[in-house]
Amino acid sequence: MPAVEATIRKTALNAVHRQMGAKMVEFNGWDMPVEYPSAGGIIAEHNAVRTGVGIFDVSHMGDIRLHGPEALKAVQHISMNDASKLQMGQAQYSALLYPNGTFVDDVIVHRLGEDDYLLVINAGTREKDFNWVRDNTREFDCKVENLSDNFTQIAIQGPKGVSLLQKLTDADLSAVKFYWVTRGTVCGLKNILIARTGYTAEDGFEIYIPSDEATSARVWNEVLAGGKEFAVVPCGLGSRNTLRLEGKLPLYGHEISDEINVWEAGLDRFIKMEKPGFVGREALEKARGSVKRTLVGLEMMERGIARDGYKVQDANGREIGYVTSGSYAPFLKKNIALAYVPPELSDNGTELKVEIRGQGVKAQVVPTPFYKRPKKA
Amino acid sequence: MAYPAEYKYTKEHEWIKVEGNNATIGITRYAQDSLGDIVFVELPKVGSEITAGKTFGTVESVKAVSDLYAPATGTVTDVNGALATAPESINKDAHSAWMIKIALKDPSQVSSLLSAADYEKFVAEEGGH
Repeated sequence: MPAVEATIRKTALNAVHRQMGAKMVEFNGWDMPVEYPSAGGIIAEHNAVRTGVGIFDVSHMGDIRLHGPEALKAVQHISMNDASKLQMGQAQYSALLYPNGTFVDDVIVHRLGEDDYLLVINAGTREKDFNWVRDNTREFDCKVENLSDNFTQIAIQGPKGVSLLQKLTDADLSAVKFYWVTRGTVCGLKNILIARTGYTAEDGFEIYIPSDEATSARVWNEVLAGGKEFAVVPCGLGSRNTLRLEGKLPLYGHEISDEINVWEAGLDRFIKMEKPGFVGREALEKARGSVKRTLVGLEMMERGIARDGYKVQDANGREIGYVTSGSYAPFLKKNIALAYVPPELSDNGTELKVEIRGQGVKAQVVPTPFYKRPKKA
Repeated sequence: MAYPAEYKYTKEHEWIKVEGNNATIGITRYAQDSLGDIVFVELPKVGSEITAGKTFGTVESVKAVSDLYAPATGTVTDVNGALATAPESINKDAHSAWMIKIALKDPSQVSSLLSAADYEKFVAEEGGH
């Protein structure tokens, strides 16, 4: 234990999570809450986000800022989506690719100003991403800064998130569309970045506040207090994972990695092949239309839960793929999974098996995302 | 006391209640608390043999998969089928939500297991709370 504790990282809210009785786990080198038994645990947290509001400490996420005259050129070079389409205050899902078309990481690119971009990256790939971005943008006239330790990032997620956050800010949130950002005073803190983004397949916001412990704890507690009327609950990484799985949002190291390319991951709509010269484009041009595996959604037809790494078999029991993420889905009340399988076995309705403790358990390819939030009328 | 005195306990967090040559087996409150929301239980069929210290089934929470270890050797005489559709009853009351009943091969085997007091001490050390 002491050896682990010496290297494990903590967010500014670590003490708050512990005081609240959260169950803590190590995640990508971070000591993070997995669930809050006081909030009812993973299932209750998950369903609070689907039907009400929940808040997450996501300060372990990293942040890279690129700014300067050629910031857009730099972002365009290192990311697969088209950042030239971003208006000021707009954000987009994108990814950083290796020259062979596999993933360095997936990112959200925010355009904060004329020549000012913020990339929000994953916890487990912070250093790798920053080094990669720095090394691949040297030719451009722009500054690359690692702001990962500057922010405590709190995600306020769920259909009632907007009402909750509106109580605490002067920014007009009704004017902020999904995947747009604004700035405003939040809990008395001026000029706070407020993004209508998240990783829950639900409406919600992520706020970026100063990362000192006192401020972080004060804002966390004020959000919880302000959310009482909406029955807000604190949420951990357990429900974050089941929420993103229902929405088929990829997780680095699972659905995407340095061994999986964009076509296989099915992220076609976020790659802009007409954009010239970005890293990974050439290899993907060649690989187009010739994938050997593709990501599908599975629903278990017999009793059993598919888990990460379990083997997938065809109906005859021959091994044909593997599960990248699998769980009981608390809102859908089904056992679901994402898996890589050959394209010829990827049609909806295809019957497959997942090997669970030596037994082939029946599953079926189903449409994804498993869950889609209801559109407002 | 949090743990029924008439039960015996394993260090793998199963409880066993012995009545003559028969016994009832489940997992402890501590186990369900560590696991979190239980969503799946896989148990042996009636008539199958289980062996002390060996796995006899699986319990899964949203987050974790955990083996069940037999506290004693015997033949399964009954399985709590209700757990297939309501595994969350283990979270609600782990000490009454039994999993299987067995005919013990050797009832004296159970005497080497932990008493309620010893088990409580054991989990206090293991869990740090």
